Amino acid sequence: MNRMITCTVNGKKKELSVDVRQSLLEVLREQLGLLSVKQGCAVGECGACTVLLDDVPIDACLYLAVWADGRSIRSVEGESRNDKLSRVQQAFVDEGAVQCGICTPGFVMAATSFVEKHKHQKVSRYDIRRGLAGNLCRCTGYETIVTAVQKNLDDDDQ
Amino acid sequence: MAIGKSVKRVDAVAKVTGRARYTDDFYMPGTLVAKYLRSTIAHGRVKKIDTRKAEQLPGVEAVFTYEDVPETKFATAGHPYSLDPAHKDVEDRRLLTQHVRYWGDEIAIVVADNKLVLQEALKHIKIEYETYEPLVSPQASLAKNARQIHAGSNNVIGESGYKVGGRIEEAITNADIALQNRYRTQMCQHCHIENHIAYAYMDDLEHIVVVSSTQIPHIARRIVGEALGLPWGRIRIVKPYIGGGFGAKQDVILEPMVAFLTLKLDGRPIKIDLSREECMIGTRTRHPFDVKMRAAVNKDGVLVALEMDAVANTGAYASHGHSVAGAAGAKTRLLYPRAAMHYHARTVYTNTPAAGAMRAYGAPQVIFAVECMIEEAARKIGMDPVAFRMKNVARQGDADPLSGERFESCGLIECLQQGKDLIRWDEKRAARPKKQTGPLRRGLGVACFSYASGTYPACLEIAGARIILNQDASLHIQVGATEIGQGLDTIVAQMAAETVGVPFADVHVVSTQDTDVAPFDTGAYASRQAYVASNAVFRAARELKAKILEHAGRVTGILGGELDILNGAIVDRKDLSRKVISLKEVALDAYYDKQRGGQLTADVSHKTCTNAPTFGCTFVEIEVDIPLCKVDIKEIYNVHDSGVILHPVMAKGQVHGGVAMGIAAGLYEEMKIDAETGKIYNNNFLDYKIPTAVDVPDIGCEFVETYEPSSGYGNKALGEPPIISPPPAIRNAIYDATGIAINELPMTPHTLFKYFKEAGLF
Repeated sequence: MNRMITCTVNGKKKELSVDVRQSLLEVLREQLGLLSVKQGCAVGECGACTVLLDDVPIDACLYLAVWADGRSIRSVEGESRNDKLSRVQQAFVDEGAVQCGICTPGFVMAATSFVEKHKHQKVSRYDIRRGLAGNLCRCTGYETIVTAVQKNLDDDDQ
Repeated sequence: MAIGKSVKRVDAVAKVTGRARYTDDFYMPGTLVAKYLRSTIAHGRVKKIDTRKAEQLPGVEAVFTYEDVPETKFATAGHPYSLDPAHKDVEDRRLLTQHVRYWGDEIAIVVADNKLVLQEALKHIKIEYETYEPLVSPQASLAKNARQIHAGSNNVIGESGYKVGGRIEEAITNADIALQNRYRTQMCQHCHIENHIAYAYMDDLEHIVVVSSTQIPHIARRIVGEALGLPWGRIRIVKPYIGGGFGAKQDVILEPMVAFLTLKLDGRPIKIDLSREECMIGTRTRHPFDVKMRAAVNKDGVLVALEMDAVANTGAYASHGHSVAGAAGAKTRLLYPRAAMHYHARTVYTNTPAAGAMRAYGAPQVIFAVECMIEEAARKIGMDPVAFRMKNVARQGDADPLSGERFESCGLIECLQQGKDLIRWDEKRAARPKKQTGPLRRGLGVACFSYASGTYPACLEIAGARIILNQDASLHIQVGATEIGQGLDTIVAQMAAETVGVPFADVHVVSTQDTDVAPFDTGAYASRQAYVASNAVFRAARELKAKILEHAGRVTGILGGELDILNGAIVDRKDLSRKVISLKEVALDAYYDKQRGGQLTADVSHKTCTNAPTFGCTFVEIEVDIPLCKVDIKEIYNVHDSGVILHPVMAKGQVHGGVAMGIAAGLYEEMKIDAETGKIYNNNFLDYKIPTAVDVPDIGCEFVETYEPSSGYGNKALGEPPIISPPPAIRNAIYDATGIAINELPMTPHTLFKYFKEAGLF
C-alpha cells in the first residue's frame, strides 16, 4: 500500500508516494537518489544511514518513510553549497577524518547536529565521543573524527 | 615536492559530500536480487530439498540448489595464482553445497525481483537434513575417528614450520632458565562497515561484468573464471570505492555466484547484498590460534631460544588455508633474529565459519604468544621488560636467519626508546609502590612486532602503473593497486607528482579498477601496495618525464639533457628558476603537432623481489578495576619504523585505526560459538561489540623514520601492523598491575574474573 507524504528534503519541498513498508533510507536512496545515506546493518546499530530529522540525528534504516510526513530531512548532499563544503565537512577533510568513507556521510550529519547543539559551549573530547557514540567507524579509531569536531567547535567560538 | 607532506587526500571531498560511489550506488533498471538459503545446522548433509513452492511465488525468477551448480571445486583465497601445483590454494568449495560444514552454509539461492519476495521465498523451501555431530573445536576435529569435514583431509589442511639457530633441546637444557606456557587467541570478525556486495550482468553473449566491493579485482577475475570453467578473459571485474575490507574482501566470496546467476538468467543484472548477520558468519573471520611455547633465557638477559607449536582453526573451508599460520610464524624470526627458533604450525578444519585473511594475517595471534612469553622471561630474570627487549630485538645489520637476507632498515630499538620516553616509563615505575593492594591498580605494558612489506618470496609481487600526460598538462595515473580506505590513491599521486615534477593537484588518479583496462596488480593485502607499487610508479613517472623532456627538446630545439621539469614547467637544468616553456605548450604540441605529434604515456609492470621487514611497538598504561574486572586504558602509544613516512596525517590514521582494532581484539571482541550446535550467538553489532568513540582512548602515535633502499621512495609497510602489538602490551600491563598473567584473548571482565578468582583476589 502506498501513501502520499509531503516533506522537506535538503531545503526543497517534496511530495512522495511511498510504500508504507519502506524505510526512510530506502526512499531517500531509491526515490530521491540521495546515495550518501549508506546501509551498514539495517537495524540501527552502525549509524551509517544517519540523517537529520528536524535537525535531530536519526537512523534512516529504522525510521519508516511515512513517519517523515510534514517533517524536514537533511542529508550530507545538502550540506555543501555552491561547491563549498560545510565547516564540518571541511574539518573532516582537513583533519584526515576520512578513510574508506562509508561511515563518513552519517558521521558528518551526526557531527553537524552535535556542533549546532553545542555552539559556544565548552565540551571535552569525551563529550564529543559520547555525542558521536551512535556511529561506528572501523578505520580511524575515531581519533581524527573527534579532533575534527573539536576544532570545529573551537572555531565557532571565535 | 609532494612526498612526506600531508597533502589533501584525493578522495576526501568525494567522500564527505556523499558523491563517492560504492557498489550499491550504481543503479541498473531491472536489477534482480538474490539471497542464499543458509543451513540451520553446523554439520550434516541435505537429504531432500523441495523448492517448488518458492519457485511459484510471484516475483521469484529462479531457485538454484547444489544440484544446479558446476561440480568444479575452487579455492577462494586472494593469492596470486601458482604455477607450482604444490603451492596451489586448497580447492574445497562449490558454489552451493549439499554437505553442510558450518551453521550458515550455502545450500540454495533464490533470485527475485524484490527483497521482500526473497525473504518470503526462503521460508517456502523445505529441507531435510541428515545431521552429524558438529566438530566446533580443533580438539574435536582432530579426535580419533572424528568425521572428515572434507573427505581425505583428516581435518588437517596443512603443516609447516622452520628451524633456525641450532638445536632447541640443547639450548633449553643449557640455558639458565627454561619456561613454558600456552596462549590462546579468539575468533574475531573484520566488521568493515560496508557488507560484502556484488552484482553482475552481461553486455554480450560471452562477457560477464562483475561489480564488487573487493580488495583484489584481478584475482577475483581469475577465480570467477576457474569457478565457472570459463576463460579468464571473459570475466571483467569492476571495483569502485569500497567501504573497508581488512582482509575479508581479500577473498572471492560473492563474485562467482553473481557471475553464475547472470550467466543462467540471460545476462540480466543480479545483485547479492549480504546482511550484517550473514556477513559476519558467511564471509571470513580471524583464525583462532592455540600456541604452546617454550623459551630459554640466560640471566644476563640474552634470549637463547623460542619454540612455538601452533594450532590454527580455519573453520569449515580452507580459504587462505594454511598460509596464514605459515606467514604468522615467519614474522617472529624477524623480531628476535639472534635467538634459536623453532616454529611448527598445523591448520585444521572445524564446523565453524571459515577463517581467512584479517589485518596482519596471523601475526597478531602468534606475536601475542611470543610477547607474552618474552614478558615472562624478562620478569623471571628480574630484568626491565623494555631493557630485555632492547637487548634481544632486531637491529640494523641483522638478517632473516632463514633466508640470510639482511635488513636494510631497522629502527626498532629507537622505537622502543621513543615509546618509553613518551609514556615516561622509568619515572612512573619508580614512583609506584612495590606492591599494589587497592581495588584500582596501575600497570605499564610493552610489546613489539615485526611484519613484512609484501608476500615475496612466497608469492609473486607484480605492480602495474600507467601515466598519461593530458592536453592541459595534468596527469592521469592508473594503477592496479586498489584504494580501500588506506589512502593508496593519494600516495600514488604524491609519487607521480614528485618524480615527474608537476604540482600534486595536477595528478588525477583513476580510483576504479576495471580489469579490462587497469594495469595488472594483485591488490590490497599484506600491506604491500605502497611498497610494491612504489617502484612501478617511480619507473613509469621517470619514463614519462624522459619522454616529456625529449619532446620539449624537439619543440624548443634545446637538446642534450639541458632541460628539467619543475612545478609543471620546463626549466633549464642548470638554472632551475629559468622557465623555458610551459608543460601545457609541450603537451598540446605532443597531441596536435602534425610533424612531432604523439601521445606521451608510460606503462610499466614492475616485479619486486625484495620484502622489507617493518617494525614497531606499543606502550600502554592501564588501570585495572579489580572488583569490576575491568581495564581502563590511561595512555597508549604506537611507535613505528615504516621507513619514510609518505603522508604523516594518513600514516597516523592507519595507526589510530589499527590500534583501536587491536584494543578491541585485546579487550572486547569475540565471535561466540555454541559448543554443542556450532551456532554463532553474536553475529550482529548489538552483541558483537566493536568499539564506539567512547570505548577507545586518545591514541598516541610516532614514527622512527628510516630509509628503505629497496622501495621507490624509502617507505615500508604500515597498513596492517598497528593492530599487532596492542593486545600483548595491554596483557603485559595487566600483569604489571596485578601480577596475574592472562594467557588468552579477549581479556573481557568475564576472562579476568576467572583469572582473578584463581589467583585468590576474591
